[in-house]
Amino acid sequence: MTGTYDILSYFLELFSSGLTRGSIYALLALGYTLVYGVIGLINFAHGEVYMVGAFIGLIVAGIMSIMDYNILAILFVTLTFAMIYAAAYGFTIEKVAYKPLRQAPRLAALISAIGMSIFLREYVILAQTPDFVSFPALIPKPAFLLAIKNYLEPTEVLIILSSLTIMVLLLILIKRTKVGKAMRSISQDREMALLLGINVNKTISMTFMLGSVLAAFAAILIAAHIGQINYNIGFIVGIKSFTAAVLGGIGSIRGALLGGLVLGLTESFATGYFSSDYEDVFAFSILILILIFKPSGLIGTVATEKV
Amino acid sequence: MNSEIRKSIIAAAWFSLLSFPLIVLKVDYIEKTIDLRWNNLIFIAVGTFFVSYVWRYFLRRGEKSRQEETAVGIAIDQKKRPSVDSPTQKILTQLSNLTQSKPLIAILLVMIVAFPLGSSTYQTSIIISTMMYIVLGLGLNIVVGMAGLLDLGYGAFYLIGAYAYALLNLNYGFGFWISLPIAGMLAATFGVLLGIPVLRLRGDYLAIVTLGFHEIVRLVVENWDEVLHGPSGIPNIPKPGFFGLKLGFNGSTVYLYYITVVIMVIAIIVIRRLHISRVGRAWMALREDEVACQAMGIDTTKTKLTAFALGAFWAGIVGVIFAAKSSFVNPASFTFYESAMILSIVVLGGAGSIRGVILATLILILLPEYMRFLKEYRMLLFGALWVTMMVFRPQGMISDARHKYELNPEPDGNENKS
Amino acid sequence: MKTVLQTDKIGKNFGGLRALDAVDLNIQEGEIVALIGPNGAGKTTLFNCITGMHEPTDGKVNIIPPGKGKTCVNGFKPNIITELGLARTFQNIRLFSKMTVLENVMVGCHCRNKNTFLEAIIKGPRFKREEKQTLAHSLDLLETFGLVDFAQQMAENLPYADQRRLEIARALATDPFLLLLDEPAAGMNPNETNALDQLILKIRTEKKISILLIEHDMKLVMRISDRIFVMNQGKNIADGSPQEIRNNETVIHAYLGEE
Ligand SMILES: Nc1ncnc2c1ncn2[C@@H]1O[C@H](COP(=O)(O)OP(=O)(O)O)[C@@H](O)[C@H]1O
Ligand SMILES: [Mg+2]
Repeated sequence: MTGTYDILSYFLELFSSGLTRGSIYALLALGYTLVYGVIGLINFAHGEVYMVGAFIGLIVAGIMSIMDYNILAILFVTLTFAMIYAAAYGFTIEKVAYKPLRQAPRLAALISAIGMSIFLREYVILAQTPDFVSFPALIPKPAFLLAIKNYLEPTEVLIILSSLTIMVLLLILIKRTKVGKAMRSISQDREMALLLGINVNKTISMTFMLGSVLAAFAAILIAAHIGQINYNIGFIVGIKSFTAAVLGGIGSIRGALLGGLVLGLTESFATGYFSSDYEDVFAFSILILILIFKPSGLIGTVATEKV
Repeated sequence: MNSEIRKSIIAAAWFSLLSFPLIVLKVDYIEKTIDLRWNNLIFIAVGTFFVSYVWRYFLRRGEKSRQEETAVGIAIDQKKRPSVDSPTQKILTQLSNLTQSKPLIAILLVMIVAFPLGSSTYQTSIIISTMMYIVLGLGLNIVVGMAGLLDLGYGAFYLIGAYAYALLNLNYGFGFWISLPIAGMLAATFGVLLGIPVLRLRGDYLAIVTLGFHEIVRLVVENWDEVLHGPSGIPNIPKPGFFGLKLGFNGSTVYLYYITVVIMVIAIIVIRRLHISRVGRAWMALREDEVACQAMGIDTTKTKLTAFALGAFWAGIVGVIFAAKSSFVNPASFTFYESAMILSIVVLGGAGSIRGVILATLILILLPEYMRFLKEYRMLLFGALWVTMMVFRPQGMISDARHKYELNPEPDGNENKS
Repeated sequence: MKTVLQTDKIGKNFGGLRALDAVDLNIQEGEIVALIGPNGAGKTTLFNCITGMHEPTDGKVNIIPPGKGKTCVNGFKPNIITELGLARTFQNIRLFSKMTVLENVMVGCHCRNKNTFLEAIIKGPRFKREEKQTLAHSLDLLETFGLVDFAQQMAENLPYADQRRLEIARALATDPFLLLLDEPAAGMNPNETNALDQLILKIRTEKKISILLIEHDMKLVMRISDRIFVMNQGKNIADGSPQEIRNNETVIHAYLGEE
């Protein structure tokens, strides 16, 4: 009897940790997908915005916890600050490293993006620290979730729920608002969007800021959950989220959600039931296989070059 | 006030605000300390003011020359467009012409050969590193510069070469000289193995896949303790012996130095010959336009695989030198940073330019060795350099790398410099 | 007369769009055939199917290289088809822009040489011989096209009309028996167009090759072509001498109908 129970609870544990990872990947994958959809660039520095967001959060949360604020207040202010700052970073990165290269070949912009990513990592190493630092545990364990704590980790449930909420908000934003419509029309046909009087520069900036806000949100949640960060967290998570975006079909918003969740769950089950040594190898292999055999992803269409 | 100065002040204020939390504040909430480092902010403010001013100036200039170019293009449609050389371009051209003079090359060679005689082992070892990076840069330049395949995983082949020697030596007692060609061939084989599946990939996807390949190779080495010895690596790798003679540490470093010189010279000659051969032209055609390249009757599959293989070969060779030089290999020596460093050389040097690669290695590898304060900021500057190069000079320092074929070849066809 | 190209009811679908529908095109040795039709008629698509850039959805593309038997080239890679002796230019110029004019033509000679990279490294005898021939042959071609003065210039720095000519020279360097030109006179002024038709005639007589060209400039088409092949909406609607086409009701209708 206990045997079945253990098997079930282990499964649930893996399931909820998979969903948690998955929602983080999905939040970041949205950033990759939005930017790719609008300007066709793999924003390699996106993972670094996530990392910078975590460090900004660490500073705000650190100051506030030294001043003994209430944990919910800290969480709220930390999230707000990290998201605003991440948006500012995203905005600036686009202006400095990508905007001058709009007409340049795709690879030039990609190299610039990788350069930006290296720069930001080093910037954090030099300005803060090359070591792991601990991050305050900010996520509350509300009473109504304690009831299920034998089956699911309450903080994980909170992360999953809040990620889903913010993603739904984003979907509404893109479907309903003017900015969302502008983003969609630019991704379909930039020239046409220009003719229709859409402010392309503003829309691209908005896209970067939106993606960065989501990244910072994910960063704070996961940092507070895991309890430590370093300058390198953006690199691996960034690549995995990009994998998620490609898995779902890059450029597609629903695809990013789907890809994130699928990747998170597979990773969690694979490491839980097989071996955790090769966790990252596993993710990279998925990335390579998808890019090679189905570059259009699970939902998405291939664009063929016209001769 | 001058509007440019005003804009730069705004930029400085913006960047100060942006970097304030990370640059000024350092918080330890466990020890309950807040460190305020205001001097950093002053540095950022002043620094970004000047950078922004210069950045804007060059952006405007770039824009203007682009406009002029189109205007000129329309005005004298019939005649050939004069090539407008900017002053920087002229200086770089002169600089690179200088490297073509025979006496200069001779002097350089003598200096290189004489160097270890009057220098410490430490100095010698720095120059070995520099030469290793020259060869790595040249090898990657085949793939990225000539064939136009953005490869972010070149460090993986370097790792494969180093581990090939370490393992062959550990398990079978193979020496340096036997391992050298085996490691080169092995790396080339891996180059082809990576190349086959990625043949049809678009440029930016290729970059990401090669990056993933690099990470996979490194992680496999890190985790496969039984065969590859995991994160702790493999120690006690011997340096090459001199005809059975056991040399001391200093002696063997000097010997390795000369071996590296010879390998570098061979690499330069071989790659220069490839550059101006049938396959070299096919690589460049591939880089310029894959569809047109195939329409010219070129087998793009074969051409890509040759580029991957010949590029990887040199990484394998240098890997063996690395293992011998440091007598120790571990996966931590071959991170993405290593690939990034080598790619920086190609990006700065100029796509397809051999002289560019050499010049860029001297700037990026040798300079920080002698300017210690640069070393700490090296990767930061590399990142900034990539962005700056792409924005202002995507063709690299030495852009006019095109070979000028002798139009009236003498009976024996003297070869020109490339 | 010998046939060099023969398409057998080829069709091409792009999703739901039928870009080509049962097109039968024959070209005889030494013939200059003009392929005309309104924009979107499927002319470039026909080129792409013949040269292997697209695989036809149905039907067959057969080529008969001089002195060889009939070969069906469906599914062949473009480079193999070029090696068999078909060469083409592109509607939107596709030169190797960061290579010199001379190198562009030398790339065209690639498939007629055999030396390997190992021979290039050791400068083997075959490498030396072939490089010398390639250089001489390329300069010859540039001479024919009046581009020899620009040999060491970057291809991207050439004026527009010269770029179009360079594309033809590069295609000829592959030593074809059939040359396919996609709108070679597009963007040229009347003087340049006149010079071009002299050049095309000269290529035919001197190199003894057949030419299939897509062109919108009807004056040029009437002056140089032996035969005109008209397409509309993926179908062949007429095929005959310039005289016949000039008076063909369907053709007039197709063109006027479009206006
Ligand atoms: N690669 C492609 N994918 C989808 N549709 C295409 C492609 N190439 C051409 N088409 C379509 O096929 C039709 C014929 O095009 P094309 O052959 O270029 O015409 P033409 O050269 O006669 O002007 C057009 O409707 C065009 O949009
Ligand atoms: Mg066309």
